[in-house]
Amino acid sequence: MTAERDLGERRLALWLCAPATLIMIAVTGWPILYSFLLSLRRADLRFPADQEWIGLANYATVLGNPYWWTAFGVTALVTVVSVAIELVLGMLVALVTFRTIVGRGVVRTVVLVPYGIVTVAAAYGWKYAWTPGTGWLAGLLPAGSAPLTEQAPAIAIIILAEVWKTTPFMALLLMTGLALVPEELLRAASMDGANRWQRFTKIVLPLMKPAILVALLFRTLDAFRIFDNIYVLTNGAQHTSSVSIIAYHNLIGGLNLGIGSTMSVLILISVAVIAFVFIRVFGAAAPG
Amino acid sequence: MAEIVLDGVSKRYPDGTTAVHDINLTIADREFVILVGPSGCGKSTTLNMIAGLEEISSGELRIDGERVNERAPRDRDIAMVFQSYALYPHMTVRENMAFPLTLAKLPKPEVAAKVGHAAQLLDLTALLDRKPANLSGGQRQRVAMGRAIVRDPKAFLMDEPLSNLDAKLRVQMRTSIARLQKRLGTTTVYVTHDQTEAMTLGDRIVIMYSGVVQQVGPPEELYDRPANLFVAGFIGSPSMNLLPAQVRDDGLHTIIGVIPHRSRGLPPEVVAGIRPEAFQDTRIRGGASFTDTVDILESMGAEKIAYFTFETGETGESGGTAFGDGAQVVARLDPKSRAREGEPATLWYDPAAVHIFDPDSGVNLTA
Ligand SMILES: Nc1ncnc2c1ncn2[C@@H]1O[C@H](COP(=O)(O)OP(=O)(O)OP(=O)(O)O)[C@@H](O)[C@H]1O
Ligand SMILES: [Mg+2]
Repeated sequence: MTAERDLGERRLALWLCAPATLIMIAVTGWPILYSFLLSLRRADLRFPADQEWIGLANYATVLGNPYWWTAFGVTALVTVVSVAIELVLGMLVALVTFRTIVGRGVVRTVVLVPYGIVTVAAAYGWKYAWTPGTGWLAGLLPAGSAPLTEQAPAIAIIILAEVWKTTPFMALLLMTGLALVPEELLRAASMDGANRWQRFTKIVLPLMKPAILVALLFRTLDAFRIFDNIYVLTNGAQHTSSVSIIAYHNLIGGLNLGIGSTMSVLILISVAVIAFVFIRVFGAAAPG
Repeated sequence: MAEIVLDGVSKRYPDGTTAVHDINLTIADREFVILVGPSGCGKSTTLNMIAGLEEISSGELRIDGERVNERAPRDRDIAMVFQSYALYPHMTVRENMAFPLTLAKLPKPEVAAKVGHAAQLLDLTALLDRKPANLSGGQRQRVAMGRAIVRDPKAFLMDEPLSNLDAKLRVQMRTSIARLQKRLGTTTVYVTHDQTEAMTLGDRIVIMYSGVVQQVGPPEELYDRPANLFVAGFIGSPSMNLLPAQVRDDGLHTIIGVIPHRSRGLPPEVVAGIRPEAFQDTRIRGGASFTDTVDILESMGAEKIAYFTFETGETGESGGTAFGDGAQVVARLDPKSRAREGEPATLWYDPAAVHIFDPDSGVNLTA
């Protein structure tokens, strides 16, 4: 009798999930499949007559192209460096705001402001700030320097804008992790002889590991798809393109649907690999 | 091994609450002292001040003669067992117990030896590789004890270490803790709100009430000579009968009749305290008695508890104090007692066993 009921309930559950599943397939599954199909075709809108199935030839073109690899390198660099800085800064902000007793609400709100500003608007703010002649930050540099026109300084500024923008998000995620560490464990650790730093590394960090992993995963996936900041600050000039930027330039600017789609699929694969690594390599060792 | 001295120690929280007021207490080396009192009376606060987890607002704390007010917990060489056990969930039992030793940078073989020894003492050897999540409540409690004893500290502090266990296990662990403390001879301060635990465990008991120490002494002394109404009502189970009484020439007039007493020097109104176990249903030579209908009779096997209810009114406005409504009397009788529920019984008591308290100050006038 219970088995029968179980079966009935399970069937009902499937029915209830069905609409959401169908919508998900329609709005995400189909575009993904469609770009994959496009990536297997020669599909350059400048030569609409010249379309045909060409197998993996687009992949060979992209993967054999130094521009793609430069963009891939820039993306990886920006991702790793900005996420690393965000993790450290975010942790500091989280620890400070978590310990704040007076005006905790106000402090948290203030810290979150950069995250609330539209990325493009903030990016223009940074761009003007670094523009020689008018920018308040450029004015601090020696006369004649235009940081956004050289690769290394431009990438540094991109990272700065990225860090400024998303550290609050990181801090917010880490704060929820901090809340999971029971106060009494920290008291026990101080009784056991741990100083502040040992309490942090031996108790807080291990217990926060799941929260840290989630924060890192979110931010890494996000940072790998970086677009707005670069689009506004350099638009990919001086070899500062990210993979999303060159995919956009090929797809929209170059009207080459085949190559653009190939790049999108490659980005999707990279993102999937990152997620897989996080979950399998780090996630397996998480406590609980 | 250490002597702990609290010299006029007080605690005021930033919000203005005075949680602990002027405690003076000397805990001798190897002594087992119990802090007991109702919820919110400042037991944990006192313990945390000794531990260094709470700052001391005024007064001085000395361990082995040295002022330690300003020392961090880790520099006081004191171990603590928490009510929730506070085991580190990401470490195995072995790592939990080794944690204080690893922090102290002891060589690995020594750590292993000490952990092994403590595990044996607490019967944890088979569990060393488990995580706390996979242990029963009693096992977790033992791990918490193990983590405290491995590093052989100057003193143990325990904050209601048994309150999360079921009744049977609590009794069992109570005796193990007492045995362990005797064996190790480490100065121990133990917090509980359970008076049975307090009476059975400690060399001395400190009774607290709203941040003030009421009485300090060995269990028998608190039982035999309670300093005031609070202690009288707190120690003993069932608790002492506290009856409002008018002082006349022939004795103390209460709801159970006149208690013979040479009333010289007493205020006109007092509270008479009689322990339930002071009553018996056979005649006492030179004793007093009262007769009333047994309201409820509880047979506990080794004893019978009889409840009597009296109509108030005669005692007027003096009836009913903070320590009981004055209308109910409890007696603890021999299991062979012939008392029956709903039938009248005559109970005898020795007037010399009656405590007399000042109703305003609560002070015991007979102790
Ligand atoms: N951080 C704090 N700020 C203000 N008041 C506090 C704080 N901690 C405790 N108190 C107050 O101090 C008093 C004593 O608290 P304490 O925790 O020492 O009680 P306790 O005797 O351990 O009680 P329990 O048996 O319930 O654990 C209580 O009135 C409590 O409300
Ligand atoms: Mg407490």
